Amino acid sequence: MKVTFEINGAEKSVDVEPRTLVVDLIRTKLGMTGTHIGCDTSNCGACTVLLDGRPVKSCTLLAPMLEGKTVTTVEGLAKGGKLDAIQEGFHAEHGLQCGFCTPGMMLVGKALIEANPHPTEDEIRWGISGNICRCTGYMNIVKAIQHAAAAKTAETAGVA
Amino acid sequence: MAVDTTEAAAATEAARQAMGGIGVSLARKEDARFIHGQGHYVDDVVLPGMLHMVIVRSPHAHARIKGIDSSAAMAIPGVIAVVTGELLAQHKLAWMPTLSGDTQAVLATDKVRFQGQEVACVIAETKYIAEDAAALVSVDYEPLQAITTPQQAIEPGAVVIRDEKEGQTDNKIYHWEAGDKDATDAAFARAAKVVSLETFYPRCHPSPLETCGCVADLDPVTGNATIYMTSQAPHAHRTLFAIVAGLPEEKIRIISPDLGGGFGNKVPIYPGYVVATAASLLIGRPVKWIEDRTDNLISTGFARDYYMDGSVAIDENGKFIGLRVNLLSDNGAFFADAQPSKFKAGLFHIVTGSYDIPAAHIVANGAYTNKAPGGVAYRCSFRVTEASYFIERLVESAAVELGQDPVTTRLNNFIQPEAFPYQSASGFEYDSGDYPRAMKVALDMLGYDELRKEQAEKRAKGELMGIGVASFTEVVGAGKGKDYDIAGLRMFDSAELRVHPTGKAILKLGVKSQGQGHETTFAQIVAEELGIPASDVEVREGDTDNTPFGLGTYASRSTPVGGAATAVVARKLRDKGKIIAAHLFEADVADIEFDHGKYNVKGSPDNVKTIQDIAFAAYTNIPDGIEAGLEGVTYYDPPNMTFPFGTYLVVVDIDKGTGQVKVRRMIAVDDCGVRINPMIVEGQIHGGLTEGFGIAFMELITFDDEGNCIGSNFMDYLIPTAWETPRFELGETVTPSPHHPIGAKGVGESATVGSPAAYVNAVIDALSHLGITNIDMPVTSDKVWAALRSKGVTE
Repeated sequence: MKVTFEINGAEKSVDVEPRTLVVDLIRTKLGMTGTHIGCDTSNCGACTVLLDGRPVKSCTLLAPMLEGKTVTTVEGLAKGGKLDAIQEGFHAEHGLQCGFCTPGMMLVGKALIEANPHPTEDEIRWGISGNICRCTGYMNIVKAIQHAAAAKTAETAGVA
Repeated sequence: MAVDTTEAAAATEAARQAMGGIGVSLARKEDARFIHGQGHYVDDVVLPGMLHMVIVRSPHAHARIKGIDSSAAMAIPGVIAVVTGELLAQHKLAWMPTLSGDTQAVLATDKVRFQGQEVACVIAETKYIAEDAAALVSVDYEPLQAITTPQQAIEPGAVVIRDEKEGQTDNKIYHWEAGDKDATDAAFARAAKVVSLETFYPRCHPSPLETCGCVADLDPVTGNATIYMTSQAPHAHRTLFAIVAGLPEEKIRIISPDLGGGFGNKVPIYPGYVVATAASLLIGRPVKWIEDRTDNLISTGFARDYYMDGSVAIDENGKFIGLRVNLLSDNGAFFADAQPSKFKAGLFHIVTGSYDIPAAHIVANGAYTNKAPGGVAYRCSFRVTEASYFIERLVESAAVELGQDPVTTRLNNFIQPEAFPYQSASGFEYDSGDYPRAMKVALDMLGYDELRKEQAEKRAKGELMGIGVASFTEVVGAGKGKDYDIAGLRMFDSAELRVHPTGKAILKLGVKSQGQGHETTFAQIVAEELGIPASDVEVREGDTDNTPFGLGTYASRSTPVGGAATAVVARKLRDKGKIIAAHLFEADVADIEFDHGKYNVKGSPDNVKTIQDIAFAAYTNIPDGIEAGLEGVTYYDPPNMTFPFGTYLVVVDIDKGTGQVKVRRMIAVDDCGVRINPMIVEGQIHGGLTEGFGIAFMELITFDDEGNCIGSNFMDYLIPTAWETPRFELGETVTPSPHHPIGAKGVGESATVGSPAAYVNAVIDALSHLGITNIDMPVTSDKVWAALRSKGVTE
């Protein structure tokens, strides 16, 4: 069947089997391999993408559910060669080691600070608790998200 | 002329930061690709004509295979082949050797011996088709009695799991002893007090977020075999492939791309790699095999599963005088411990830990069970984790029995700083250490005395609070080569450094990062030694065609061995640079001085040639009789292991009604010698403390009586999220390794080795006054609640 949606600003129309998982559609059909598969059971969050701005686990969505929606993957974070604040934060605060959970973590972090520009540490920890990291122990991921939140606040203040 | 020292110091510091040498928390060079989603992991490899493989696994823990019918699977359009053990047997590939000298079935032919064992492989045009077809492979099983504990396994008359092995009439794998039995018996005979502990370190799993997998690409025309593979040890794996599969080694290229974590899980060779390679050879197309999470949890390298009991003999002054430990190891259906020592239980006999115990005797027995094989070191140096856990728990018990503060018991028995190098009763030579100092730093950070007062007050009110102490000693960085090997391959490691004419360098290593930040850390070693900024040093790893032979990354060996090789090769180039500098200065080589990338003639410190000048001259203006170029390679065989150590302190509060344990504080003081990139070191410690927390409180692979694996997905195998994970407070001391070129010791695993005992000791410290002396990991609320209930504390 044909599914039409927007991904990282580009409209796509693809022919897929209805049972195709969104993560496989993104990785295999579209060749965007930044979205990862870690557990198959929606526990680890390595496959997290933003669907109409909300973080979802793409291993538990079927391709037809994308019809008419807007998807953002890690490949859509940087704009015009400029890093998103969340990417800057992860680099500056050593918020990644092996990098496998990082795309999902960054997308969850981005959605979190868009909904709540001044999150407390507990709010961040709760907000990312659907995503597993085996390397960092989360301390620097929390700092990375705080870093991004502070940068966005400063940017907004600068504009105002 | 007056010198503004502040300004000069600031300039020196700025230069140091710009160079990115040792001690600088340089932001990671490898981050860029990962934050753009451009990391390149094995599942990202797509080759023209690539097929997909899915493994059909046994639902039974122990059963005879009476027949396999793959006709229904083959009838699905897009299915290319169903590979069975029978087919592999025709190519002498149905069995393969393990890293512990045993054999393991690649695909089962006679019996299945654990739930999840590989029985057949379906190869198809897409992964979805392969999954569909795998469900249609029909295997006729005759179930047999399953053995799920090593205690059952060694009972006389137990059903023999490995009946295919000639001469194997029971389920015993090995009996091994270390230390001195007579001296230990004598110590116990004169002891004023003997304290005992029986404990179980349960089976857990490294579970890197990326599972294992490969893409095997065998070209039928050229005979070239390129295998992209989740490998922590690509060179060793290439040699093993050559030996096992009979492929010519020069035609095999193993590429270990970005690894999504390893933690020991990616050290062994798994059946999936072998079948995918054989299938690519037989079919003539590339074959991809990627585990799903259940595959990973139920079949690939588990960790621990050690039953330990032992006693410490204590004299009238409270000094430890002897240690006895008995170990019963559950190795699963095939003895596949991934470890390079000649000792059957790895480095477990370092169980005397941080204590000066003059006599020790360790008895270890291994048994087969109907469980997955593996015995990998989950972020651990070959069973030191179990050893450290046991001794730190036993010392806690000793403190309770002696009526002492556990800090006092430790201070009374530590190996003293002046005793290094220290020869342990079980045969290790500890290179360096200062245990009392690390303890003091940790106590001061915590405010220990105040918390003990708080605990006493709370206890008077009936509230439960505990302070756990663990002072671990690690043993990492294998070799030395003459004592440690994998299938005869000695445990050295390598570094090849090429400085190009423009002064930029490529460093190629035999080790392989799984997230440890090698591309940054190793560039920093070159920056320190040669004065080439770390930003100008490109680090390459993981491709056997393009890196020197090495044994890989596990057991915290990259920095102790590969890091040493890097420093040594940089120094070789530095020395060649002196010859070139002498030529440029028209001076004598003996008069050339070198300091952080600058050469000058003695007495003329202002007239310098930079390492970049020298590199250019190495290709453009070389003295007669000297080879052109500025390149070198070093294979470093360490003279000894390194012995990182530290003290960890944990404060817990326990809810009496529910048994819930809340970690209030966690202090970790680590001494890993010289820290190359402190930011990366701290990141490693955070990760290890979190995995240690998971092991102590959450992570468990267990089995029912029929051998069904409980814990086969992330809904049942519980991994800490940000919500459960405690906040960590880190401290450090620095005791450089005396035998390492830059004094570094390795740090990746200290926190997983040291922290479980600290967490559990905190719980026991909260409960010991009630007569509760042990709760086996994972220390879940229900176990704590049951213990409290047994003492009438809760209803």
